[in-house]
Amino acid sequence: MTARHAERTAARFGPYGGRYVPETLVAALEELTVVYHEAVSDPAFRDELERLLRTYVGRPTPLSEAPRLSERVGCRVLLKREDLTHTGAHKINNTLGQVLLARRMGKRRIIAETGAGQHGVATATACALFGLECVVYMGEEDMTRQRLNVFRMEVMGATVVPVGSGTRTLKDATNEALRDWVTNVDSTHYVLGSVVGPDPFPRIVRDFQSVIGREARAQVLERIGGLPDWVVACVGGGSNAIGMFHDFLEDAAVKLVGVEAGGSGLDTGRHSASLTAGRPGVLHGCLSYVLQDTDGQVQPAHSVAAGLDYPGVGPEHAYLRDSGRVQYYTVTDRQAVAAFYALGRMEGILPALESAHALAWILESGTRWSATDVVLFTLSGRGDKDVQHVASLAERE
Amino acid sequence: MSDAVLRARWERLRHAGRVALIPYLTAGFPTRDLSLAALTMVAEAGADFVEVGIPFTDPVADGPVIQKSTQVALEQGMTVGGVLELVRAAALEIPVIAFGYLNPILAFGLDRFLAEAADAGVAGLLLTDLPAGEDPALERTVRESALAQISLVAPTTTGARLRAVLAHAEGFVYLISRLGVTGAATALDATLEGAVGRVREVTDLPVAVGFGIGSGPQAALAAAHADGVVVGSALVRRLEQGLGPARELIEELRGAMDRGRDGKGDRRS
Repeated sequence: MTARHAERTAARFGPYGGRYVPETLVAALEELTVVYHEAVSDPAFRDELERLLRTYVGRPTPLSEAPRLSERVGCRVLLKREDLTHTGAHKINNTLGQVLLARRMGKRRIIAETGAGQHGVATATACALFGLECVVYMGEEDMTRQRLNVFRMEVMGATVVPVGSGTRTLKDATNEALRDWVTNVDSTHYVLGSVVGPDPFPRIVRDFQSVIGREARAQVLERIGGLPDWVVACVGGGSNAIGMFHDFLEDAAVKLVGVEAGGSGLDTGRHSASLTAGRPGVLHGCLSYVLQDTDGQVQPAHSVAAGLDYPGVGPEHAYLRDSGRVQYYTVTDRQAVAAFYALGRMEGILPALESAHALAWILESGTRWSATDVVLFTLSGRGDKDVQHVASLAERE
Repeated sequence: MSDAVLRARWERLRHAGRVALIPYLTAGFPTRDLSLAALTMVAEAGADFVEVGIPFTDPVADGPVIQKSTQVALEQGMTVGGVLELVRAAALEIPVIAFGYLNPILAFGLDRFLAEAADAGVAGLLLTDLPAGEDPALERTVRESALAQISLVAPTTTGARLRAVLAHAEGFVYLISRLGVTGAATALDATLEGAVGRVREVTDLPVAVGFGIGSGPQAALAAAHADGVVVGSALVRRLEQGLGPARELIEELRGAMDRGRDGKGDRRS
């Protein structure tokens, strides 16, 4: 009972997290927890994942200098280049790990939810690599915004199911994926794409994404002979941020900053800033900060970045917010789009609109640091998927 | 004992040799007034308990029919307070089970909800996204309230988990007849008899079967094994057509269940 008790205790981050799911899924979550613990202590599993990350994903990803950006913001900025992974975003770190877990459980059918499409693409990629059936749920609204990614998933053999209920975005795609899982749990593994959902998903996704911070910490130490002063990442569900922060949590001198999507502005109510403007509540199987009205109904989120357009956030972020270890800020759609252009012009890199939120905060924060500070920033994905959307925004202006 | 009302009702049913018919209705669907009329109607037409659904924006355990009904109810302004007001106004003779998701109740305030629900005439609470053992402090609060804590058992609930779930169950056990969300089943799982038997090995509580029961033959089959039969999506769909069609369904199910039970009695004699 002791091991079991410890395992359950670890299912929470302070009061946050848990397994608020229909009874039907409890057995599958228990199985996943056991299989995960076995897998990570199995050298063969770790070796296979490490080999895939090296030879298929292209890890370790580089740590780039950003000289013109650094000059502009008044300190040295280093970019952790998750945009250079195979498929173009950090999502593949998690999907390969989870597909290996599914194979260990003997499950041949994979489902996933996707917002921007990056997690859907990364899941379709991993399924193609291992010859598994892949079904991706995607909001109709997001399918319009991210047509290119829909096609990429289909090319790799995935079935993309449009979700027309509710807000027709990531929240409802997640509802639909959970409903599929309740129905097909015997044959199916749900590859959840962020550090949200019922335990053990927030732990599993964090562990698979923590390769970002592990690499970055070593690279920065080697490059500058010390730790960065600031580490900055965007937060929707929060997987790239948790992945980057995890290895820095014990480094008290390193200031950690998460940047949420402020959408049209917090005062308009059209945003995705769950940690800044939400309250604790239960959504998609975990207790965390949720955008909700006074009656506990979940409010529609909004962001120009489909990958941040979500009214919840990972429970570990809720804990890090309350403890004060991470500071969370918001930037607006407009600031994020401006940052998208800025990185293109200054460094020849188009960032994903999600990552552009963290960048926008850096661009606006010149007065916070001294010239000798070093800022480490997760460039979580590339902006190719957003070019068409940004172009259409420019036409509307 | 917070499940005294439910126990007394089951005792009466057992004496009468009657299987309980337990309709589910989404509070505030299709409108607040028709929802009130539907509650009265099912009680008159042969229901023994009624489940009143508290609308939530993200009902992950529900299929398209109930999803849509909760969305309609929310669009018309239904709230947790509004649900309790509806139950109070209905003043039903049959016991009411509040059925829903955790977040609206947490937002309302759990203690406040338990007190006001009991005062409005709610006898039991079933939370779809609170599996047994997940939040011991919260579950204890529910058990110590005037409401019975109804537990769900799924086809995947087996072995030690089944015993753990039923250790604190009150009122009756809600057995989900198959994997999946509410609604849309073509056939009842052939393993229903075995599933009911598995639960009976662990508990003496009555067993009600739900998910995917929407016709006379299905209800009769379920009634042959279980103590209660839940009908949800099929009833909500009928209610879209009007109170009359909804009443016909309740009467059809009631009739089929009673005939099934009579038939079973004949075979025994």
